[in-house]
Amino acid sequence: MGHDGACPSKRLLAGNLARDAYAWRFMKPARRFGAIAFLLSCCVLIGAEPARLPAEQMAKAIRLDAISIPTPGELFAALEKPGKPNWVGQMRGPIGTSYKNRAQIALNLGGLIADGFIAVEAKDSQQVKNIGTDIIKLAKALGVSENVLSRGNSINEFAENNEWDALQEELEATQNEVKSSMQTHRDQDLVILVSVGGWIRGTQAVSSAVMQNYDERAAKVLRQPALVNFIQTKLNEVSPEVKDEPLVKDVTDELPNVEKLVNFPPGKAPTADEVKKVNEAVGKIMTRIQAKDDNK
Amino acid sequence: MKLSIFAAIVLTAATAFAEPESDSEVNARKAALDLAGAFTNEGFKMRDGHWSGTIKPKEHALIAVNLYAGNQYWFSVGATEPAKKIAVSLYDETGKLMQTESYSENEKAAAGFSPTSSGQYYVMVDLVEGDASSVCLIYSYK
Repeated sequence: MGHDGACPSKRLLAGNLARDAYAWRFMKPARRFGAIAFLLSCCVLIGAEPARLPAEQMAKAIRLDAISIPTPGELFAALEKPGKPNWVGQMRGPIGTSYKNRAQIALNLGGLIADGFIAVEAKDSQQVKNIGTDIIKLAKALGVSENVLSRGNSINEFAENNEWDALQEELEATQNEVKSSMQTHRDQDLVILVSVGGWIRGTQAVSSAVMQNYDERAAKVLRQPALVNFIQTKLNEVSPEVKDEPLVKDVTDELPNVEKLVNFPPGKAPTADEVKKVNEAVGKIMTRIQAKDDNK
Repeated sequence: MKLSIFAAIVLTAATAFAEPESDSEVNARKAALDLAGAFTNEGFKMRDGHWSGTIKPKEHALIAVNLYAGNQYWFSVGATEPAKKIAVSLYDETGKLMQTESYSENEKAAAGFSPTSSGQYYVMVDLVEGDASSVCLIYSYK
């Protein structure tokens, strides 16, 4: 390679080119046009389609709770793009904070953090403070670290001063601190439940907002089949004791249906009816999570 | 805004998950936070979560993220010496390479993207030049 004329493959190539030029000269115009069209389409295809990632490589991709599960804040930011939704209308009344079942507490803690994000979007400082107090009550019930408890004061302070951006950061940090504390206390199984509760409550609020004022662009945010699939995978990895709890079992059993309901074709917005179905499915799970009958 | 960047750095450092991080991992995270901090000036909110790991020459890491149509995202990656050059690219759920805004300067790189379809995407972090080193991925959205 790289030597003038001496390379056998180059000589071979030169011979082939001469033969091809001869054939080309005597080719019929229609065939010539066909050959050019074929070559051009090959070039276009080659230029437009760079190599794709193989499916097995994508299957082995790193998936982490901390980065692969979006926060309610991200979901709400996307929903706001077409126009400000009725956030006040998405707030719910206070939930119980005297649950005894640790899995139920974790699920509700996630839901409450999503409520905090909704109250921030609605710019309702009193509601943020109330939710902050409830978050701390549930966190205490799980025996999380003092660091988490001090977050309650920060939430109150930021809410007093209407520091909405700081509140969003504080809510996410609180959620991460709760999860971190759970890991330290060997409550690893509860970590995914906090994320699940947050995602379900966030999806309930978003689907409800879209139903109230249907807009295709807003409806598109509901497409998350891979995320629901990831949540199911994580739930399948929890210990048998947690997995067999009636509430966790109920939530796990409902998720395949939710995965189907949020599996719209890429780029296509769900119809108003499809959004309603998503809302009903996650609403059913949320009602179960909030119910006061899992005092195990 | 500076306060919010500082708060994010402090909060992220305070909420380390799993095992304690090595000095190299901490420095890689600092580099990623430095870069992601620049985007907060444009209204991007930094995620508190992150991914840290080690990549070797000619190898890459592939991280799954779930994005929402309508949002804008920046994926910021920081590495430490002996990494000399890293690259970030994004693929959709079918494995197709996405067109992104790119930034690259030695051991820091970022990719900006605005999805038109919600769903799963893959962030690929490549070590283009240099030897095995710690890397950290953080993302921001608005």
